[in-house]
Amino acid sequence: MDLFFDILFEGISIGSVLLIAALGLAIVFGLMGVINLAHGELIMVGAYSTFVTQLIFKQPFLKPFYGSYIIVSIFVAFIFSACVGILLERLIIRKLYGSPLETLLATWGVSLLLQQFVRSIPLAIGPGIIITFISGISIKNIVNTKFTNYAQKKYIDLSIWVFSVFLGIISTNSIALNISRLSRADSRNVDVTAPKWMRGPIEIFGETFPKTRLWIIFITLTSVIVVLIFLNLSEWGLRIRAVTQNRSMSECLGLSTKKVDTLTFALGSGLAGVAGVAVSLLGSVGPNVGQNYIVPCFMVVVLGGVGNLIGTVIASFGIGIMTDLIGAGRLISIWPDMPNALANIVNFFATTSMARVMIFTLIIVFLQFKPSGLFPQKGRMVES
Amino acid sequence: MRISRRLLAGLTTASLALSVTSCGGGSDSTISYDDEITVGILHSLSGTMAISEKTLVDTEIMAIEEINASGGVFVDGKFYEIKYKVEDGASNWPLFAEKSSQMIDANYPVIFGGWTSASRKAMLPVYEEKDGFLYYPIQYEGRECSPNIMYTGATPNQQSEPATEFMFKYSPAKKKPFFLVGSDYVFPRTSNTITKEQLKKLGGKVVGEDYLPLGNTEVAPIITKIKKALPKGGVIINTLNGDQNVAFFKQIQDEGITPENGYYVMSYSIAEEEISTIGPEFLEGHYGAWNYMMSIDSLESKKFAAKFKKRWGSDRVVADPQESAYNMVYLWKKAVEKAGTFDDEAVRAALIGVTFDAPQGPIKVMPNHHISQTVRIGRINSGGGFTILDEYTSDGPVIPQTWNQFYPEDIGYGCDWSEGGGGRKYKL
Repeated sequence: MDLFFDILFEGISIGSVLLIAALGLAIVFGLMGVINLAHGELIMVGAYSTFVTQLIFKQPFLKPFYGSYIIVSIFVAFIFSACVGILLERLIIRKLYGSPLETLLATWGVSLLLQQFVRSIPLAIGPGIIITFISGISIKNIVNTKFTNYAQKKYIDLSIWVFSVFLGIISTNSIALNISRLSRADSRNVDVTAPKWMRGPIEIFGETFPKTRLWIIFITLTSVIVVLIFLNLSEWGLRIRAVTQNRSMSECLGLSTKKVDTLTFALGSGLAGVAGVAVSLLGSVGPNVGQNYIVPCFMVVVLGGVGNLIGTVIASFGIGIMTDLIGAGRLISIWPDMPNALANIVNFFATTSMARVMIFTLIIVFLQFKPSGLFPQKGRMVES
Repeated sequence: MRISRRLLAGLTTASLALSVTSCGGGSDSTISYDDEITVGILHSLSGTMAISEKTLVDTEIMAIEEINASGGVFVDGKFYEIKYKVEDGASNWPLFAEKSSQMIDANYPVIFGGWTSASRKAMLPVYEEKDGFLYYPIQYEGRECSPNIMYTGATPNQQSEPATEFMFKYSPAKKKPFFLVGSDYVFPRTSNTITKEQLKKLGGKVVGEDYLPLGNTEVAPIITKIKKALPKGGVIINTLNGDQNVAFFKQIQDEGITPENGYYVMSYSIAEEEISTIGPEFLEGHYGAWNYMMSIDSLESKKFAAKFKKRWGSDRVVADPQESAYNMVYLWKKAVEKAGTFDDEAVRAALIGVTFDAPQGPIKVMPNHHISQTVRIGRINSGGGFTILDEYTSDGPVIPQTWNQFYPEDIGYGCDWSEGGGGRKYKL
């Protein structure tokens, strides 16, 4: 029984990292059909925002609250990645809907751009850009309702953006002045250290569990539940589902598909940001951190069945448990007196490199029989 | 049109200025030289290895500037100022070979370069075919001996073997079983083969071994295996690469695999630079083995660290690879001065036997194109450095063995490039 729980826990902890990383992609790729190769870099943006939040909380006036920075950083990371996602959607992807190959190339270009951005530009500029963007959009939305005259609006818009840029420059400078690490470009990897209360093991029912892993499982499950509630119970969730199921019909019924697209993409990108927080707790944060996750993310979404969130959940936990079963050599502990020949084969695959090969092979074989994944989209889709 | 022409002119001057600054260090007007000589530097200035290799470029430039400030190289009655040309290998191994080939054709008398074993393996055939000469500064897995390469890093018997012996005989986890963890490429696999053979002779036990594919940071299955294989603590030999170390050390601490619980990690690729990136709070109490550590309490060592900080910034640190890069520039200088010419063949003959008072202590070039050096074991402290365990420092410099005496296919072989020596691989 102990063994069973060990496998379950390890499988879920590996799976939850995969799941949180793939959740945003399940929305962007699954629901919208956009092949977003910059998804990994949105995770990276989330990881770097965690790092920036951590440094800001080291400032004297926030020092007493240092332990809570990791909770604040979840929201910061969500907002930062969502903003980058909105920019990406508005500027690039919007023009490319319906042409997957072009989207693929364009988003790959964006991913290189973002990687180089964090390598060669002082990080303080990042928050500045985001603050400019948020203030510009939000002031505009507040003010616009009052002024309807077109000529007036043009000048007001301009002044709002000038003001926002100014605000962005001020915040960049104040961050750069106070935190020297953010004032110069540095391509070295950075380190996010979990606050003390989250480090080390914890004992529950006589078993020890690593706290960071429990925390990641918690973040993941919360995100999944929030997303499911949002999609299934809220008004905007209904609109998103409507547009993904039948775009032209929704348009005919008066839905602004452009707004829905932006919102969906922002949600997916924001979730990638949350994944960034989780990833930063496990390893180091560097320009390449997203590259390690992009392929597994696509693998999980495809295996789960494109367009089905529950499929993504099950696929990631499935892969997590398989990774533990094969990679950690559990099969022998489950069946200690298996025949020698079989035991040799199991041992051969019981290394991390070989387990990965084995899992990919199993997925390829599986997709031969069920090409549209575990839970294929049912119903009358326009595209199919 | 006019604007674009101006722009073009501006760009040309800018690129000209760039190429001038990239070639040749600042010359001191008070010293006069009779002539000048340009050497090549070939490291990755971009890509994943740039972070590490840039520190070597900085150190090599510092060594060259130092030599110039003390009058330059004295060859055949003339003082030469050393100029240098830095080329970018861009973390791309075939590009290392291509750039080497160009530099040899451009008649650079010597090239300092490389970091990864993959880059060295790519360059080796070029140097042998075109008869150029390369100085390579990194500790590596051994099993190679080229007449055209001078290796100034440690061979396994100058790093991993003494480290294994220390962990098995004297560490707090002595006589306990070993678990080997590494990244999946040639250095960890070769190094671990040696460790396993050595432990067999010492009477120790290896209870597990695992390799993480490069770029993969999911270490949970490895940790599960370590906990299963070493339930009561033991020694973990770590040859992971770069970022994977961060994931590994963060997560083993979470799982309670710590020195307090009887688990001691000995790492072969964690130096001062890496300690500061990973964070000493994750590494404290674990071990490392190197020839040079910043905390060596000698005048040469302190001077080396101080000079580096003065030249490149007070927050910079020096570590073993940098010291090795610093040494190789001086070894070359001494060899050409001894030969009295820049002619490669004469310099190569003169190189064997050259000595230098390095920051780590005295070193000497051996006939197998490696150097004898001191081996030190250090415990990582909370300040981000090593506490050197003086009683386990080798008694004087250790003679390098490029053909390892534990590796089954190499036992009983040696390498000798001196006049009348046995060459690349001969029966001892």
